[in-house]
Amino acid sequence: MNEAKLALHDLGKRFPIRDGEFTALADVSFDIAPGEFVALVGASGCGKSTLLRLIGGLESPSSGRILLDSRPVRGPGRDRAMVFQDYSLYPWLTVAQNVGFSRGLRANRSRGRAPNTERSRLLLELMGLERVADAYPHTLSGGMRQRVAIARALQNEPDVLLMDEPFGALDAQTREVMHELILHVLASERRTIVFVTHDVEEAVYLADRIIVLAPGPGRVDSIWPTDLPPALARRLELKQSAAFLRLADGIRARIRETSGLQSDLTALRRLTGIKLPKPGSASETS
Amino acid sequence: MRIRGPLGRRAYLGIAVASFLGWTGGWWALAASGWVDPLFLPSPPAVLRRAYLWAVDGDLLVDARISILRVTAGFLLSALAAVPLGLLIGAYRPVRAFSEPLLEFARYLPAVAFVPMVLLWVGIGEGSKIALIWIGTFFQMVIMISEDVARVPLPQIEAARTLGAADSEVLLRVLLRSALPAIFDTLRITLGWAWTYLVVAELVAANSGLGYAILKAQRFLQTDKIFVGIIVIGLIGLGTDQLLRAAHRALFPWAATRT
Repeated sequence: MNEAKLALHDLGKRFPIRDGEFTALADVSFDIAPGEFVALVGASGCGKSTLLRLIGGLESPSSGRILLDSRPVRGPGRDRAMVFQDYSLYPWLTVAQNVGFSRGLRANRSRGRAPNTERSRLLLELMGLERVADAYPHTLSGGMRQRVAIARALQNEPDVLLMDEPFGALDAQTREVMHELILHVLASERRTIVFVTHDVEEAVYLADRIIVLAPGPGRVDSIWPTDLPPALARRLELKQSAAFLRLADGIRARIRETSGLQSDLTALRRLTGIKLPKPGSASETS
Repeated sequence: MRIRGPLGRRAYLGIAVASFLGWTGGWWALAASGWVDPLFLPSPPAVLRRAYLWAVDGDLLVDARISILRVTAGFLLSALAAVPLGLLIGAYRPVRAFSEPLLEFARYLPAVAFVPMVLLWVGIGEGSKIALIWIGTFFQMVIMISEDVARVPLPQIEAARTLGAADSEVLLRVLLRSALPAIFDTLRITLGWAWTYLVVAELVAANSGLGYAILKAQRFLQTDKIFVGIIVIGLIGLGTDQLLRAAHRALFPWAATRT
């Protein structure tokens, strides 16, 4: 497994809570190949964001380890840039200054990396941000702000791009535009990507491989290779194809099954006295 | 009138001016009615006349100048210590744990009660007034600034770290920059409190300044002069506040102002 870009070995994460510990992740192991686009999906509480933060070095694992190019991860670093759902842009900087933020940092200067203004300019162009280069983030729409966040993360030429529900706060139309954009960007900027989302369609449309996590404690439930056309050849029509729908349905079924929703229904029944159909009875088919 | 309903700029100004005229008119009417002894409530013309006399004999400007200098010195020394300390407390939990008990205790200490100690420690010179303003504002300032820094959104900090920022860079390029508009607001608000402590200091231990002038006027029962002193302090406060609000809008166009 030496060729893996990222290798996760028996990863566990526990958080202290009022009376004891909460196990967010237990024994998570998988590899991610260089240039692979992996999506993490799962019911809420499955620890997908925690897993991403562990890879980013923003949290440290309670057990197990993470290897990046066979070297253990010990904290955040410029090789793993992260894109957050919101509130990560610097409101006092213009769009161009936000994208170029990493150029002024010591870590990027001391490694003999010349401040790359040319790359900033190209990224602004690639993300369709030239016209708003001198605008402040608060004047932009949510979709434009996320473009800035992605451009800023790419500026540093990270080995791995970590995306934590980057389009989760956007409306459906903007999200579709962002999907096209990200596939387009990947064609010229092939990176290893770990992408957390709650949107199964998004995961299937973008990723090479989808990892379904199950909650209580967070663990790998199943791994789904997509076997769909390569990123650049994907078109919106793909979402209507039988292969796409079958895959999305299969993944959704796994998420539903692991979500613990059934026990919630039982609780609801007790709480309200409503005569809901009993689980497993003939009236409940799905 | 609706909750959070809109109000145009002209309507706002109209209501504000009407309110000002209404209160002043009420004061004038009450003073003119003869129900209240002028010694207790001097009339607006009497106060204006006294302000004119005080201004032409030159003392008003001298008094105002020395008071402004004292407030500025005390306030700046306070801010100079409070901004770096507040930044560290807002950034590092152990620093907060270390300083919070002392700060939370100190903020409730009545600064006025320190007057005898301050006189003992720094004497009756300028130092004592500045020290009292410092004691009155510093602790509140540190706590409020540390809150401003603690409110910087976590993704801003974490994004910087995944872009390769070192701790000192997160501190200065993200936390300080991000909290700066809020810190500026905190300073503007505490500047108002500095004036309170200045007057206290001048009332008990000074032979110049607006507070001292008020005390002297009290000895001669010149209530109109007391009114002038109070109004002048109010006007200086209002003026600096408006100035700082304008500076806030010019310096931080992306941020909203706190009231």
